[in-house]
Amino acid sequence: MLMLGMILRRVCGGLLTLLVVSVVVFVGASILPGDATEAILGQSASPEAVAGLRQALGLDLPAPERYLRWLAGLLTGDPGISLINRMPIGQLIGPRLTNSLFLAALTAAVAVPLALLLGVTSAIWRGTAYDRVTNITAVSLVSVPEFLLATIGVILFAVQLRWASAMATPVVDSLGGALRTLALPVLTLSFGIMAQMVRMTRAALLGVLDSSYIEMARLKGVRPARLVLRHALPNAAGPIANAVALNLSSLLGGVIIVEVIFSYPGLAKLAVDAVETRDMPLVQACAMIFCAAFMILVLAADLCSILSNPRLRVR
Amino acid sequence: MTPLVEVSGLRVTATNDRGAETDIVRDIGFTVARGEVLALIGESGSGKTTIALSLLGYARRGCRIADGGIRVGGADVRALAPAELARLRGGQVAYVAQSAAAAFNPSQRLMDQVIEGVRMRGLMSRANAEAKARDLFRALALPEPDRIGARFPHQVSGGQLQRLMAAMALMTDPDLVVFDEPTTALDVTTQVEVLRAFREAVRERKTTAIYVSHDLAVVAQVADRIVVLRDGAIQEIGATAQILSGPADPYTQSLLAAHAPKPQPPAAPRDVAVAPLLEVRGLVAGYGATWQGRPAAPVLHDVDLEIRAGSALGVIGESGSGKSTLARVIAGLLPATSGMMRLDGERLAPALASRGREELRRIQIVFQAADTALNPAHSVERILSRPLAFYHGLSRSEQRRRVRRLLDLVRLPASLLDRLPTELSGGQKTRVNLARALAAEPALLLCDEVTASLDTVVGAAILDLLAELRSELGLALMFISHDLKTVRAVCDEVMVLYAGQVMERGTGQAVMQAPQHPYADLLAASVPELRPGWLDSIDETRLAEARSRFSFPGSPDLCAFISRCAARAPGLCDAAPPPIRRFAKGSDIRCHRTEQELVALQSKHGSVSAAILPLKRVVKRAL
Repeated sequence: MLMLGMILRRVCGGLLTLLVVSVVVFVGASILPGDATEAILGQSASPEAVAGLRQALGLDLPAPERYLRWLAGLLTGDPGISLINRMPIGQLIGPRLTNSLFLAALTAAVAVPLALLLGVTSAIWRGTAYDRVTNITAVSLVSVPEFLLATIGVILFAVQLRWASAMATPVVDSLGGALRTLALPVLTLSFGIMAQMVRMTRAALLGVLDSSYIEMARLKGVRPARLVLRHALPNAAGPIANAVALNLSSLLGGVIIVEVIFSYPGLAKLAVDAVETRDMPLVQACAMIFCAAFMILVLAADLCSILSNPRLRVR
Repeated sequence: MTPLVEVSGLRVTATNDRGAETDIVRDIGFTVARGEVLALIGESGSGKTTIALSLLGYARRGCRIADGGIRVGGADVRALAPAELARLRGGQVAYVAQSAAAAFNPSQRLMDQVIEGVRMRGLMSRANAEAKARDLFRALALPEPDRIGARFPHQVSGGQLQRLMAAMALMTDPDLVVFDEPTTALDVTTQVEVLRAFREAVRERKTTAIYVSHDLAVVAQVADRIVVLRDGAIQEIGATAQILSGPADPYTQSLLAAHAPKPQPPAAPRDVAVAPLLEVRGLVAGYGATWQGRPAAPVLHDVDLEIRAGSALGVIGESGSGKSTLARVIAGLLPATSGMMRLDGERLAPALASRGREELRRIQIVFQAADTALNPAHSVERILSRPLAFYHGLSRSEQRRRVRRLLDLVRLPASLLDRLPTELSGGQKTRVNLARALAAEPALLLCDEVTASLDTVVGAAILDLLAELRSELGLALMFISHDLKTVRAVCDEVMVLYAGQVMERGTGQAVMQAPQHPYADLLAASVPELRPGWLDSIDETRLAEARSRFSFPGSPDLCAFISRCAARAPGLCDAAPPPIRRFAKGSDIRCHRTEQELVALQSKHGSVSAAILPLKRVVKRAL
């Protein structure tokens, strides 16, 4: 009962946050200078033409009314129509979102297990050369800007060695093909998100490994592998899940550089294009998706913490 | 017959931050025969746990077993390969940790942890292992032995966890069990029943054991022989009776002396005409939302007390009795839900925020754990200067002078001024913590378990200091402790708290005298005595009282002790709120039983030595 209440509170809190975010996104989009009419008609359009178009697009309505219409649309599953190419936003976003999710999932599948492995092993062998090398490498890789990593990757592996393709496409026909087209963006993204996960996993596990119950388990004769997997990891699950969630949430919205460099048709690129053309309904829809993804991941991490803690799970 | 354990020339070293190695223990040698219980006794830092752990071939982080021979059952522990060592640990040699609450994995069920040792080694099927565990639970007098294993550690009490840990240790029928201060973290009442359960289990199985403790009285109950340690070296080894009656070593003698209760301070003459410094009436406080004048989780019920200027009131009770909450309420940290407080006749606002600076200055609280009460990033000087600037608005140079005087007052050298709290010893931290409160020049000092985490000798020095400060500065004290002996040594008035109800209140002498409130009686009888055989002399009635867990009565007005009380009167105690009576000995007692009834009851169940004649005992020992 206790747990169900906690989960419900978290979900309600998340929904409330999303509502607040929708206001912020809407206000933010409204205060951007210029609107879609300029993008459509150009800088030299006559004021009458601009006014006419504004009326046609519904941009002359008062802001609260526009917000409420937009919100009602969102709640009924209709995020509106793009101002620029008059296509339903759902149709514009659909394939892009799939592509972005595909790239994110692939990156997560590579980065998360690798980060956990590195974090756990460096905690076990703390203070050794392995631990130090892992840490330094992780910090170095996260310090290098993504565009640099991506560019170096392209120059080295695509241009010079010709092992991989400089363009990334979400089409997978064979394993080799997938490796060729997706290895570079996936690796670039992985490097960016792994560092924090490795370090958080290590720190969380070290905290647990220093506790009395781990010493007790050692004194019961529990061997190292069992000690870490059975006794330590379940107690470190909460912070690790949070680090993983925070990093994965950056994958959906924060991959613009990688998408641009590898010309990958993802959601982030769509959002940036929409900002350029002042296609506010599209910008707002993308922003809401990014926020929702973030909330879902954080919620999942919270659930993970709650479920892994018997104090919260059972009275 | 060769002894089971042979330790010779043992030296364990620690590496400090600069990479230099220092000895923690050196030249340790002793033997333990099969079936014998050997105690390692010493203060913190004496190396007793280090030695105990070395028997499992284990040294804590940064430490190393540098020298010496450790043989257990013929095996050379130091020569074992990691895999063999893992078999030894929890196999032939089992360990019972100090704080069971911390030593159980919070995310696993108790049964899984108890049987892990035998399951991991493939010694038993799961069903057999669980059956054996349940038998051990029964032998250790755990409640609901068939179901307790399904719980998680946070769902059982500290005393039960400690017994579960003993069950875990006994699962593999080890040759040797190492008990590392297994009852130190427990209340006296819980300690009694845990000790009894341990001793019975060890006797029945003829287990060889090493019992680590700082408490001579506890050791006297369980050990056949005693090793006295100090600063990592053995001071004396001898049979328990010999160590207790004729210690050869001066250090052992000082330990025994520190254990003997001090004579009562003469009670300050009770001047009724003078208004008390602090007067509290009908105090109700607790946590959670307030509903119809009562907090959702009430902690204190209708507490009355007064403290006169320059006097000391001792507050005793088990953990959870509301002692610390009382201090927090008086200090204003936790506003009382209802009730009245007066300081020097002036009404005192319940909440800190609505009290004036002068009122804040006059009541100071000394928090329980000096470790966490002092800001680790501030130097001693900064910690002590802050209240001087805040309450007295002193200039920098004046602050400097006063800080030095304060250090003087608490017997600390001025060289500590620039130290951080982490660079101080436990006793020094407690003194700084005390000096911080004294800086405000309070009229009333609320001391919350200030000596609980200190060794006997260091704690005794702090108590002496408090007594001096009282007479020098005319300070009034509220001294909170779970330790009857300490309270008796410091306070002229004593208040016994149980589940937030004041059970007995009166002068120190009166409260310790029979007839006592049944709960005060239980507390007094639970304090271990140096006399071997004391543990066996505790009768079943009292053991049952000690064992039963505290539960709240149906109504907050009824006696809270009813579920544990051996003297309860059915139909009366569970129906009507107990009256508060003034007994002839001079204390107020909240009980339905009359003085005569209590005298009859308490002499009946064999607590003559423990409760009826405590003063005679004190006098005898002082002579």
